[in-house]
Amino acid sequence: MTSNGWIQIALYCAVVLALVKPLGLYMTRVFSGERTFLSPLLAPVERGLYRAAGIDARQEQTWLGYAGAMVVFNLLGFVLLYALLRWQALLPLNPAGQAAVAPDLAFNTAASFVTNTNWQSYGGETTLSHLSQMVGLTHQNFVSAASGIATAVALIRGFARASTRTLGSFWVDMTRATLYLLLPLCLVMALFLVWQGIPQTLAGSFDATTLEGARQTIAVGPVASQVAVKMLGTNGGGFFNANAAHPFENPTALSNFLQMVAIFAIGAALTNVFGRMVGDERQGWAILAAMGVLFLAGVVVTYWAEAAGSPVLNGLGLTGGNMEGKEVRFGIAASALFAVITTAASCGAVNAMHDSLTALGGLIPLVNMQLGEVVIGGVGAGLYGMLTFVVVAIFVAGLMVGRTPEYLGKKIEAREVKMAMLGILCLPLMMLGFTALATVLPAGLAGPANAGPHGFSEILYAYTSAAANNGSAFGGLSANTPFYNATLAVAMLAGRFFVKIPVLAIAGSLAAKKTLPASAGTFPTHGGLFVGLLVGVVLILGGLTFFPALALGPVVEHLAGAAGQTFATGG
Amino acid sequence: MSRQTSSLFSAALLGPALLGAVAKLDPRAMIRNPVMFVVEVVAVLTTVLFLRDVVTGGGDLLFSGQIILWLWFTLLFANVAEALAEGRGKAQAESLRRTRTETTARRLVGAGPATETVPGTSLKVGDVVLVEAGELIPSDGEVVEGVASVNEAAITGESAPVIRESGGDRSAVTGGTQVLSDRIKVRITAAAGSTFVDRMIALVEGAERQKTPNEIALNILLAGLTLVFVFAVATIPSFAAYAGGAIPVIVLVALFVTLIPTTIGALLSAIGIAGMDRLVRFNVLAMSGRAVEAAGDVDTLLLDKTGTITLGNRQATAFRPVRGVSEGELADAAQLASLADETPEGRSIVVLAKERYGIRARDMAGLDATFVPFTAQSRMSGVDLDGSSIRKGAVEAVIAAVTGQPMAAGGGSAALAHWPEAERAAATEIRAIAEEIARAGGTPLAVARDGRFLGVVDLKDIVKGGIRERFAELRRMGIRTVMITGDNPLTAAAIAAEAGVDDFLAQATPEDKLALIRREQAKGKLVAMCGDGTNDAPALAQADVGVAMNTGTVAAREAGNMVDLDSDPTKLIEIVGIGKQLLMTRGALTTFSIANDVAKYFAIIPAMFLGLYPQLQALNVMGLASPQSAILSAIIFNALVIVALIPLALRGVAYRPVGAASLLRRNLLVYGLGGVVVPFVAIKLIDLAVTALHLA
Repeated sequence: MTSNGWIQIALYCAVVLALVKPLGLYMTRVFSGERTFLSPLLAPVERGLYRAAGIDARQEQTWLGYAGAMVVFNLLGFVLLYALLRWQALLPLNPAGQAAVAPDLAFNTAASFVTNTNWQSYGGETTLSHLSQMVGLTHQNFVSAASGIATAVALIRGFARASTRTLGSFWVDMTRATLYLLLPLCLVMALFLVWQGIPQTLAGSFDATTLEGARQTIAVGPVASQVAVKMLGTNGGGFFNANAAHPFENPTALSNFLQMVAIFAIGAALTNVFGRMVGDERQGWAILAAMGVLFLAGVVVTYWAEAAGSPVLNGLGLTGGNMEGKEVRFGIAASALFAVITTAASCGAVNAMHDSLTALGGLIPLVNMQLGEVVIGGVGAGLYGMLTFVVVAIFVAGLMVGRTPEYLGKKIEAREVKMAMLGILCLPLMMLGFTALATVLPAGLAGPANAGPHGFSEILYAYTSAAANNGSAFGGLSANTPFYNATLAVAMLAGRFFVKIPVLAIAGSLAAKKTLPASAGTFPTHGGLFVGLLVGVVLILGGLTFFPALALGPVVEHLAGAAGQTFATGG
Repeated sequence: MSRQTSSLFSAALLGPALLGAVAKLDPRAMIRNPVMFVVEVVAVLTTVLFLRDVVTGGGDLLFSGQIILWLWFTLLFANVAEALAEGRGKAQAESLRRTRTETTARRLVGAGPATETVPGTSLKVGDVVLVEAGELIPSDGEVVEGVASVNEAAITGESAPVIRESGGDRSAVTGGTQVLSDRIKVRITAAAGSTFVDRMIALVEGAERQKTPNEIALNILLAGLTLVFVFAVATIPSFAAYAGGAIPVIVLVALFVTLIPTTIGALLSAIGIAGMDRLVRFNVLAMSGRAVEAAGDVDTLLLDKTGTITLGNRQATAFRPVRGVSEGELADAAQLASLADETPEGRSIVVLAKERYGIRARDMAGLDATFVPFTAQSRMSGVDLDGSSIRKGAVEAVIAAVTGQPMAAGGGSAALAHWPEAERAAATEIRAIAEEIARAGGTPLAVARDGRFLGVVDLKDIVKGGIRERFAELRRMGIRTVMITGDNPLTAAAIAAEAGVDDFLAQATPEDKLALIRREQAKGKLVAMCGDGTNDAPALAQADVGVAMNTGTVAAREAGNMVDLDSDPTKLIEIVGIGKQLLMTRGALTTFSIANDVAKYFAIIPAMFLGLYPQLQALNVMGLASPQSAILSAIIFNALVIVALIPLALRGVAYRPVGAASLLRRNLLVYGLGGVVVPFVAIKLIDLAVTALHLA
């Protein structure tokens, strides 16, 4: 660990924190329907879109209406993307002449992008046409992110409103999130990335002659635009197979830094939107503080583990950090930081190979996702995931002040607890259930490239990443098989919608309640005590479930490595 | 009903509780408690597997036998907790039931006076019965004729007799209480099986106990957690298979049972029953568990001034003569007027005159005086002697009497227009003094002799000692207090300030009370109040917690969701505390239960996987002796912790009236952090014992 590394980490945190308030204020205005500095330009466009779609922007929806609109919208997006992938060979903008995507892979990819997961069982530059990338994937990168943000905004309204049945309009929230938030930010960021050297062209590839005189085909394409939204929308799907480790996706230290900031920017600012909308910014800061504690703990462990290097090699007298699978232009600190950020948020872009992280270094990304990606999390998803934990934490501990638990003046009762538990239950079921299946079925056992605990980690990571809608790959797993494509797709869809729908149900139930005035007898939810409680509940409820699985994966690998033991491939 | 707190584990209670615990193993009863039902299912399952192994001779019988034994102990301990909680109520119910079955009744035939003797249980609503001195009142009813002193000790535990009479607010009588003097006619208002005593019996026995909203929510959480751990444990066999090994079923079961929230699952219903029981011991009957929970949530307390905030009676504290009259003269006249006045106010005037001016009591008969009693029309009382008449009473009433004019609304001076200057000045002065007194919270009582104003007696409400501190406590708890009084706003404001209540409602009518409650509720607040009169009934029904006084009318008792047998309105404050205690106990034990899981994982996971990966010994942070002893210790801890926490569940977590923040800090530290740390220590100790005894 170097002071340079720590300075990078500190600088990163400072920049993200500095963005929270201004971005939060802007987003609050956008979702409250107030004027922003972009309104003169965008408001006519917005109105035109509603007119074209036949939407009445003032027509608000109940939670069921909101959830229904969201499901229908995503279902149509799914069908469209699936069709596009299957027929890409017949469609234009296919300079490299890519063939149709196989049915299982198309199903998996459609599920992946609709759920904001961006799990990629394929290599982008060798499988997809430019049309598929731009119209299919980039489009879903925007709307799946917007759909997540919309869900979070609906939940916030549930807390902020009282005695009403409606949560706002899904169509309006979607449109505003895309038009006022994602598009302008992506435009600025894409231009910045082009300046940093990322290609943005419709050409397929060009040939270069290497120093040895060999000819090499170098793939290019409309990269910058996709990279911008993959980070800002916490999608993570790379244009290239190597994702953010590829020099054309992430050429410089500066582009790397900006991309990391982009991953957290909207998710962190949403906590501020929450605070502002419920009328007490401190509430938002408390949530962000709990996220921050978990994030920093993860960064410290991963950075320490990577800087300490492999215990096996250390045992052989080879000291020094673990540079396997890392890009030298980023180094250990920026790679470790990136790994934690991308899994804390549900981004899934990688600038280093997670398969090559040390056992403990790889443990943190796993845990981050298993907690439900509530540490900043996916845009929208992180906040509503964390608020689900808040509901449970308040319910359990709130009783200890001798009142029926309440949060922000809303009584937490049977219905909220039921829905929160449904959302929380979904993740271990998907992550552990499918891992259990894959570790006994031959089709599953064919996947991992490594034997022993590391192979186990590869499978566990895949389902964890899918169900948490992260999309990052540990690597080493041959996932482009009908078995993995199908099961991972199910995990992604369940991990998205079986969390989102209960969350909207909570929002609907909360909005219908009265808001009770706070008093000295009310559980204070803006102080350090609450932050500590929330962190504890997230770790115990979200984390302990995975203890057995983690013990058999990264933990035992680390301990074995420390004892100098390795596991032979194919054993 | 005895008020002494019986020891938690007295032999008399423990015996039946153990028997009850076995009876409660019936799955039809267990299914009400999802967590413990799951434990029972796995206990049965492993027992069957164990028996199979006994026959086939496979497996480690000693180890699995012990685990299974502790599984059954876990179930039994949970049932003991519930049976103990119920048992305490059962003992009380028994004596109540005896009073009910033995009574006979003399029912009036037609309009009377003939009566027929029938068993008390055969009475129907509307029957009229005659009860004489020495007899038990056969069922709940209302006195329709007569007045009698009644011993209600069977219900209230208070042996001093109370007066019950027809009409007014003291007409309700309770079945099972005894008439001590006189005879009364009682119209029966409750059918057999639904009388007050019946309801009490059902309540204290927990027979009609329904899950409260909060309990239902908590059960959902616990069921959800149980499911999470089903996923966590059911997936382990495939993980182990991947690692090239297998985990015995009994070990998986041990991990599962220790992880699911058995501690709170076992104690949840006991906590609820004990909460009701605490109220009963406090001589308050809650008609539902929901009401007790609501008490913990109360934001606003409506308290009647008289009897709750102030001592029941006003007392004379000063004589304020008008100009030209000496204090002694006023005191003398006031004392004369009050000699025959038996009201507490009247007596306090006599006492003050003696204390302050040494004026001794005089014999009314010797003075040849005629006492003029107070009437609602005249609003005055007084005395006529030696051709002179002295009157004391409400200021405007006395002025009207002196001036010979009808009382002017608001005391308008028009009536005095034709009066001599001196009298007009005196009347104005009296009004000024009266207003000054009222503003300071007193009640002015004007005194006049032979058409001449003498002055005003200052009657003061005496605020109860220590009440100010109680209200400060309530404020720290986040509860707003509102004083309800019939006084005028001036007086009310002064007393409110002296007592330290947050707000007051002056000149309150029953409609005002109802409106105030609705207003508070519209703001999302929960309101508690107590009342006794029929005109309190709407407000009692509207309030979230309505405590009816046992001395009150039938209507009031029906409208409230709690009945205070001691008829002590101050108790509202304690009732809130008991409600809070119930919720806190639940929260504390849930937190403790969940926090325990950390240590249990560290005990069992390394033990479980040691055969697969010996390196995992590093996770055995407690240094437990062997995998078997580790697992056994965890399951023993899991069972014993239930027993250890039974007293806490029954007694309740100590409640202190401090703010929510400091309460939470303390409880999180004790039950959250304690819940993480305690099992590490306890499991280690159990492991030492298990190893020393060679159990594993």
